[in-house]
Amino acid sequence: MAESPQEKNRANAHIAPSEDSSFNDQTPDSGGFSMPAALETLQGVSGPDVLRTRVFSADDLRRAHTRIAHEIVERNKGAGDVVLVGMHSRGPAIAERLASAIKSFEGVEVPVGTLDATFYRDDIGMRPVHPAGPTQVPVDITGRVVVLVDDVLFTGRTIRAALDALTELGRPRCVQLAVLVDRGGRELPIRADYVGRNLPTRLAEDVRVRLLETDDVDEDTIELWGPAELLGDDA
Amino acid sequence: MKHLLSVDDLSRGDVEDVLDLATSFLAVTKRDIPKVPALRGKTIVSLFFEDSTRTRLSFETAAKRMSADVMTFSVATSSVKKGEGLRDTVGTISAMGIDAVVIRHSSAGAPQRVTEWIDASIINAGDGRHEHPTQALLDIFTITQHRGRDLSGLKVGIIGDVRNSRVARSDAKLLTALGAHVTLIAPPTLLPESVESWGATSSLDLDSVLPELDVVMTLRVQHERDAQSRFPSLREFTKRYGLTLERAARMRPDALVMHPGPMNRGVEIAGAVADGPSSVIDEQVTNGVAVRMAVLWKILGSGGDVV
Repeated sequence: MAESPQEKNRANAHIAPSEDSSFNDQTPDSGGFSMPAALETLQGVSGPDVLRTRVFSADDLRRAHTRIAHEIVERNKGAGDVVLVGMHSRGPAIAERLASAIKSFEGVEVPVGTLDATFYRDDIGMRPVHPAGPTQVPVDITGRVVVLVDDVLFTGRTIRAALDALTELGRPRCVQLAVLVDRGGRELPIRADYVGRNLPTRLAEDVRVRLLETDDVDEDTIELWGPAELLGDDA
Repeated sequence: MKHLLSVDDLSRGDVEDVLDLATSFLAVTKRDIPKVPALRGKTIVSLFFEDSTRTRLSFETAAKRMSADVMTFSVATSSVKKGEGLRDTVGTISAMGIDAVVIRHSSAGAPQRVTEWIDASIINAGDGRHEHPTQALLDIFTITQHRGRDLSGLKVGIIGDVRNSRVARSDAKLLTALGAHVTLIAPPTLLPESVESWGATSSLDLDSVLPELDVVMTLRVQHERDAQSRFPSLREFTKRYGLTLERAARMRPDALVMHPGPMNRGVEIAGAVADGPSSVIDEQVTNGVAVRMAVLWKILGSGGDVV
């Protein structure tokens, strides 16, 4: 069985084996909870994670996609050479949105591929991992500009693995990185070229991305969740 | 999953995992560079006490495509010839520091015994007449490619030397566990004593069952065990149980013809049927590598059970 998107997001974000306990965190009902209910949870002393910040509403997210799409075209002086490659599990959906945005204002059909970097990770055997989908890039990437697309950038280890995986598909002229949220906490010298929002976070916190295409929700949301007992600090 | 000894070790979720993974790995094997670093630094020993072409090569190819180091143990050139027993042989190999042993042995239960002696993961690549779990997985992967994931109600016939066949046992058990209806078709002397525990039914009459089958799986007559002393002549066997061209014409048009190999063309299956449009025998071999990559990943790579 493929693991649920929530688990993958958490698993990709958290690398150290000592954090395994966080796998057991209770996840909320997918979307749709009202603000008062969430605030009620905030009163709780400890226990399951609570909502801390709404990072993106559906409208914010739409604007961020539009801006990133423009930045990609501007940086590369057109979209002719660009190939968007979405990292499983939510990257492919985001890449499709960027491609349709680029088509709407630039009139160029940008090829969209998908990439699973599981077999190239550096923590194989340290924790349960399962590939989230096939690697399929419809064009030869050699000589082209590959824009890797993912939802959240954290330690950078997934991106390192993705760079290895890309190498076996060809030799791009350059590789760029687009993410919706950069949550800091890098463990490798990797940075994003296009960022929806910078959001410094703690290890114990969790950036929850819910998209129409990949999650069973009525509306796109990105939220920051964390343990209730952290609230008194500098949150 | 630490070992794979029998299809009984596999939950439905495990089978789904293997099918998902095999799909990913099949894509890897079709690339220009058909190799991933997934099992870099792992050492896998293939320990074959019985002859094999495809299973041994398939496992070794699978391991190499995942960047594992493979040591091949060949009985003919080893100290087994000097009288070393199984326990000392695996003990010696284990002392060199290995992660997994792929073992084939003529005695049922040998892989199980080996798990008691060493720490490495053990993968059963065929033990006597008992089990051949990776063959069952690759057969099911091949069937699902043509028929989709839901196997409930699928009619599968396993024909020929069922009694001596570990493939028949593993396939029948796993297919019925997934909801398929399995019929074992053989002369009475080549049926096992009790087929009930396999979850399958049996039939002595191929011609009455054949037109209904979705999957027609033929088996080799195993001369090296005692098969040929159990029926009068090969010609008579072929006449009643061989998948001849005339019989193949009476199959459902969308039926799949499978054979675990090696084939004795002209005995259990006619050459023209094995090479015919219904045959997926070559696909079984190709899929075998991807499925064994999936099994190796589940045992050595995934770091534990995926919930």
